[in-house]
Amino acid sequence: MCLADIFILSCFIGYFAVWSVTPVLHSPLMSVTNAISGIVILGAFEALNNVENHLSQLMLGIAIFFAAVNIFGGFAVSARQLNMFKPKKDKKDA
Amino acid sequence: MPNLTLICIYSFFIIAIHALSAPKRAYQGNGLAILAMSTAIVLILWNMPAAMLKIALPPLILGALTGIISARRIQMQNLPQMVALLNGFGGLAASLIGIAETTTPTAFPTLLLVIAALGAVTFGGSLAAYLKLAGTRSLTDSKTTRTISLILFIMALISIVYAYTGKAEYIIGFTILFGLFGFFFTLPIGGADMPVVISVLNSLSGWSTVMVGFSLNNILLIVVGSLIGASGTILSYIMTQAMHRSLRQIIFTSKTSTNDTIVSNKHIQQGSAEDAAFLMENAAKVIIVPGFGMAAASAQFELADMAKLLKEKFNVDVKFAIHPVAGRMPGHINIMLAEADVNPDDVFELKDINQEFKTADVAYVIGANDTTNPLAKTKTDSPIYQMPILEVEQAKKILFVKRSLSPGYAGIDNPLFYADNTIMLLGDAKDITKQIVTKLEE
Repeated sequence: MCLADIFILSCFIGYFAVWSVTPVLHSPLMSVTNAISGIVILGAFEALNNVENHLSQLMLGIAIFFAAVNIFGGFAVSARQLNMFKPKKDKKDA
Repeated sequence: MPNLTLICIYSFFIIAIHALSAPKRAYQGNGLAILAMSTAIVLILWNMPAAMLKIALPPLILGALTGIISARRIQMQNLPQMVALLNGFGGLAASLIGIAETTTPTAFPTLLLVIAALGAVTFGGSLAAYLKLAGTRSLTDSKTTRTISLILFIMALISIVYAYTGKAEYIIGFTILFGLFGFFFTLPIGGADMPVVISVLNSLSGWSTVMVGFSLNNILLIVVGSLIGASGTILSYIMTQAMHRSLRQIIFTSKTSTNDTIVSNKHIQQGSAEDAAFLMENAAKVIIVPGFGMAAASAQFELADMAKLLKEKFNVDVKFAIHPVAGRMPGHINIMLAEADVNPDDVFELKDINQEFKTADVAYVIGANDTTNPLAKTKTDSPIYQMPILEVEQAKKILFVKRSLSPGYAGIDNPLFYADNTIMLLGDAKDITKQIVTKLEE
């Protein structure tokens, strides 16, 4: 299967998965997708193997930093939001 | 990466999104996404040569700490700007990867330039959205900013020719031009349209992730990027539907308010917290309509107390009604109410509650304005014409909590202020609700 096929099938999966999300949770949906968009960090790691010059390495280093802020910040803020929707008995302070 | 692990990782991401369909399971969904993400990161670091690890680890750890600390500090009413900023960082990272990859011999220039440009637009746009949401940059002169963005766009297009030469400085210049364009392009968009803007930027960061995936032959990035792209696109669609405006209208028409300056001789009825408390405790059914003003004043805790007292002490049927574009991002008000422990079963959406206003004794409108404005039905030249509204005017009494009589974000007057069955409670949303709570407790 080529990449374009995978892309198109993924769009369909995304379409149905997202429509199933309840409007109450649209904010956490944004935060979660926001956090996982930090997955480009994998791209930065991979690209590190291909580049040689220092300027590119520096740029990838900066990219890793911002992607990491994106991932960890995004997940932490999603967890805080979703914690509020947890059933009462196992709710703890986030 | 081993194939089976890879399949698990992207399945987990898909299931994580799906888990958001039920508030009770949603927390586990987030955990699943975290598990998938950490597995992916650990696996790739595991196979990395030591020399590369030295470059990769310090920014990773530093970024992780920065992210976690700022996420713990942020207050929920400021959530939209946090999301906007983080989203911009994702775009910036994609853009930098695109630039860095142009130096590799196997590079495919067009795709990389698209990544650099798309990421930069996402970053610039998100930064503008962040500044607007944080309130440091207000809409000044939209005409000038629009001209600037047009000039920048033309310059950016011309710079494509230079960027194709493959020289690093040209490519960086090209990227900066696109970033500036994104910034100035987003700046004049109205504050009430922010839910749409954030959603669009969210989808852009997804599509740029997809592009990075194509450039590196990475299936995982393509799958996950499509999920994000789909999510942002669908949210934008839902938001534009809720405002009855097209994306083109939102982006290209700066809000020229029809200048309905409020005529001071129109009669309003002003009431006190005591009147409000009296009305509500004797009502059979109260519908609370919170909007961004409630979030801005962080009155959610007082509001929750009020609802609880009315329910438990006075046996009133209390419901919350939320307009899809209330707040500054999709679902913003829901989060604020959840923070104050309001039972999600008492919170209703526009289409589920609108017919109930007829039977409500009191509608308590707190910090919502444009989303309740009946002009949306009648005034054809109004910027909110045909926007679906919460029909609070059908309630027997309307209690309208508002800081002043100024018009809302759309810049139009609200005839509800002068309706016979409306009582205005002028003042800070938090203070007034607190006073009502005190009266109810007596």
